[in-house]
This record gives sequence, structure tokens and C-alpha cells, in this order.
Amino acid sequence: MTTPLIPVATVAQDLDEPEPVRRRRRRVRSRKASPLTYLVLVFVVLASIGPLYYMLVMASRPNSDITSNPPPLTPGDQLGENVTRVFDNPDVVFAQALLNSLMVSAVATLTVVTLSSLAGFAFAKLRFRGKNIFLLAVIGTMMVPVQLGLVPLYMLMGWLGLAGSLWSAVLPFLVTGFGVFFMRQYVSQAIPDELIEAARVDGASTFRIFAQVVFPALRPAVAVLGLLTFMERWNDFMWPYLTLAPENPTVQVALSRLSGGYYTDQALVMAGTLLATVPLVLVFILFGRRIVGGIMEGGLKG
Amino acid sequence: MHLRDRLARLEISSAPYLFIAPFFVLFGIFGLFPLGYTLWVSLHDWSLLGGNEGWVGFANYTELVSDDYFWNSLLNTFAIFLIATIPQILAALALAQVLNSSLRALTFWRIGVIIPTATSIAAVGIIFAMMFSRDFGIVNWFIGLFGVEPIAWNQERLPSWLAIATMVDWRWTGYNALILLAALQAVPKELYESARLDGASALRQFRSITIPMLRPTLMFVVTVATIGGIQLFTEPLLFNPGANAITGGDTRQFQTSAMYLVEQAFTGQRFGYAATVAWILFAVIVVVSIVNSLLVRRIRSVD
Repeated sequence: MTTPLIPVATVAQDLDEPEPVRRRRRRVRSRKASPLTYLVLVFVVLASIGPLYYMLVMASRPNSDITSNPPPLTPGDQLGENVTRVFDNPDVVFAQALLNSLMVSAVATLTVVTLSSLAGFAFAKLRFRGKNIFLLAVIGTMMVPVQLGLVPLYMLMGWLGLAGSLWSAVLPFLVTGFGVFFMRQYVSQAIPDELIEAARVDGASTFRIFAQVVFPALRPAVAVLGLLTFMERWNDFMWPYLTLAPENPTVQVALSRLSGGYYTDQALVMAGTLLATVPLVLVFILFGRRIVGGIMEGGLKG
Repeated sequence: MHLRDRLARLEISSAPYLFIAPFFVLFGIFGLFPLGYTLWVSLHDWSLLGGNEGWVGFANYTELVSDDYFWNSLLNTFAIFLIATIPQILAALALAQVLNSSLRALTFWRIGVIIPTATSIAAVGIIFAMMFSRDFGIVNWFIGLFGVEPIAWNQERLPSWLAIATMVDWRWTGYNALILLAALQAVPKELYESARLDGASALRQFRSITIPMLRPTLMFVVTVATIGGIQLFTEPLLFNPGANAITGGDTRQFQTSAMYLVEQAFTGQRFGYAATVAWILFAVIVVVSIVNSLLVRRIRSVD
């Protein structure tokens, strides 16, 4: 599922305001957290990481442990062996799949971040006819279930001579309405108008203003949008599953092939799932504060 | 006017359009065009290998109306959507309230609740399929501790719906809670203060201030859940992996409409018919979104 990660519902009112007004927001600290609150949170977090922990347990044990009763609840010592077996398995070229995912995700992230900054800057700081209508169109694209166009999209890739190639998995995701909107919100409040006016007076072209004044100041937003985009592409399943040649999959598609084999080696499948999941979850935890901030702030600053 | 000035002026007036053009061009080619062309394809006999085999008018649509497998898939889609979404929104709302109190280690809890969002749907499907397996799954072991007989989660209809809804909710509840939390924090504190002075109870404050103020965000959360829920594909596909995964179980007990679309397009090689399924699903999403917005709009009158 392709999902805009930030609420856009509040933007409609925002369009009428000529200048981005930073709304006064004070945290509503209505209650002091009770022990019960912490208990609920502990339960929720355990439920969050429980399935991932179970994956680790199964990925680090011999396959025969799958059938033990009661089910094992602690990690074993076979993680290394299982991981080796994932890379050695004859059905799916797992290393290639990881590399493919990396390439697909990286290309999409680069274009989304660059083109979103460009368009976001135009929407936030430049004056042009039809701006509001174009911006509404951008927001509208987030509500369009484009995945339902998969049949013609598949045909289109054939016409372009790209059927089955990695390019066919990348092309539909070079831009996102979410990215444009996200950058527009950030530029509105992070870049003072005076800065742009000053550069104008100095005779800089619009593109130079973007490249030398605006873009360098967008680093925090670029980081968050980049991470979110990379994550979304890395985790994408449906379209790569349909379009990619079986011998050249992304890692998520490779996982489905591993788990769908006639004789399923669960320990191997779980080790593969771990390899496909853990890097991203670690990055997510590492940059968690920023990502959480990005998800929570973006939608409300309008 | 000097040529130089004229060029500069031209640059200023055309630059904005050049800056937004890449988005619209690329979205048009790879997003909007395929979706629109789906309608055209659905009016033809069109096969995966043979291509366009002629205009058939609405024949695909009349066939679809009497296609039991399609109605079955639509039933499954809606059932899973409702079973997943209603508890998910309520839980997210409750969790947002909990996260809105003054907490120690604020960021830790917030990251904790959205870790599932960083997990790929494929991984979710595979992990939960193992947890829900009949003979050795941890879920059946757990309910067995309370004396419940093992359940064949991926064989029977209602259990399979529940298991798939669990996967969806595991991945999305925390994320929605964060979105709602952001909206909660944007509610002006003064509203609560004056309500307290008027002697309004906590429940009354929740109903008369919090819920109405959250309306736009709730609308967003529900819309996204709808668009995603009606196109549900990966979780049920991986719930019963293997050669016939696309049928969603031996008796199609959990085949969603998106799975049926793909089955028709690639297993059945009937692009025209698959496009018809897609177009009808699109209509369904539009209708459900309208119903949603009407329902959420009523919140304003809650008083």
C-alpha cells in the first residue's frame, strides 16, 4: 500500500491564508501519567516488538524447533548458520535481491527528494497563476488509488521495453504527492521571504536561488523525507511482485518466493525475513526522534 | 525594455511552472494515465499475450455482476476492512490519549508504538502466517493454555479474516495513534480550561472538544485506511503461501478483490476483465470515501 504519511486534511483552510502563520501550539498536558498509563504503554510496546522478537527466535534456531511444543521463546545459537543458508539457497539469489532493493529504493529516494524540493519551493515561495489549483491537484493525487491502474501500467512497461527490469519497478515511484506537500510545508516556515528577496536583488535566477539558498537549508526535511521514502520503497511488495522477472526480484519479493516453496524451511525463511527487516528497523530506531517528529509535525504546520 | 530585463522577467514567470512540471508529468504518465486507461481496457477483450482482441462494450461488466468469485472477494475485502479498521481507529484514539499525558522517556514510547510501521508488509505476512499456523503456531499454543481447541486459522472463513485483520492492525495502529496525537496537541489548551471552569466532566470534554477538534485528522486517517483496506493484497497473499496463494485459500475464503484482480490478469491472462475489476473497485473506494466523509461530518453535531 502506498500511503501518504502525513495528514493533509488541514490544508484546505491553509490555502486561503496569504502567509504561513505559525499557529500557537502549546502542549496539552492534561494529566500526569499514572502507573496504569505506563502499564498500558508497556503492553503496547511489547505487542509492537513481540512478532519481531518471535522472528528472531525462529531465525536463530534449527528448523526442527518449529514443531516443538511448547514453542521456543528464547533465541537459539544458529542465526549465523541460517543466514548462510539464506545466501546459499538455490531457489532465490538473495544477495542480488538485497542489492536490487537497495538500487530501486535509492533511485526513487533521490528523485522524490530532489523533485519534491523543487516543486515544494515553487509552491511555498513563488508567485504564479493557478498555484492553489495546482497545489490542490497535488494533494488530490494522494487520494487517488493509482495501484488500481496496474494492468495498463504493466502494458506500458512492455511498450517501453522495460518489462521485468528493475526500471519497471522504479518508474512509477519517481515522484509522490506526499513529498511535494511535505516539502512545501517545510519551506513555508523554514525559509524567510527576505532571504529570497535578497538573492533576487542580487540578480540570482530562480533556479540559482533554489540551488544555493533554499536547498542547503532544507537538510532536516530532506533527511526525513528521504528516510520515509526509502523505507516505503524498500518495503514495497505488490508492484515489484507483479512486474519483476522471477530471477531478478527485490528482497521482499524474494521473501515471498522463499516462503512459498514446496518444502518450506521456516528457519531459513525467518532468517531471510530478519535480513530484510532488521536494517530498516535499526535505522528507524536510530533516527526515530526525527521520523516521529516528521510524521507528527508535517501535517499541522499548515 | 532591455532584452536582459525581458529575459529575467521571463525566467521569473516561467520558473515556477518548470519546477512543478516534473511532478505532474511523471505522475501523469505512470499514475493517472494507467488508471484512466483501465476504463478503456475494461471495454475490450484484451489478453496478456494476445493484446487487444476487440471492443466488447459492457460485456465484461455484465459478466462481473454475475461472477460469484468476484462477489465473494468483495465480501472478504469488506469484512476484513471493517474487522480491521473499526478497532484500529478506536485503539489509535485511545493510544493517542495515553501518549498525550506527561510521560517520562517520551520519544522511547513513541518510537516503540510505530516500529511495526517500519516492518515490510511481506515480513508481516510471513511472520504472522507462522504465528497463526494450526499445529505449531504460538497463537494456538497460547489460547490452548486457556483450554481453547486449536483453530485452523487459514482454513475457516472468520478465523482467517481475524488473523489478516490482526496483521493490518499490528502494522498501522501505532502510526495512526501518532497522527492523532499530533492533532490532539494542536487543540488549544484554553478550550479545556474554560470547559473545566464551566464544570464539564472529562468525558464531556472528550466528546465536545476533543472529538470535534480531531475531525479533519480522523477524516484523513479513515480515508487512508479505506483506500488501503479496499486494495488489501499482500497480507492475505502471504497468509497461505504456495502455488495457489492468489486464490486466498482452498475455497477462496480470504481472497480479496485485489487478489482476484491479479488472478484474472496474470493467472487467467484476461486483462480486459481484470481492468473491469479494477474500475469497479475504484468506484467502490469513491463511494465508501463519500460515506466516510458523511459519517465523520456528523461528528460536528455531537454535542
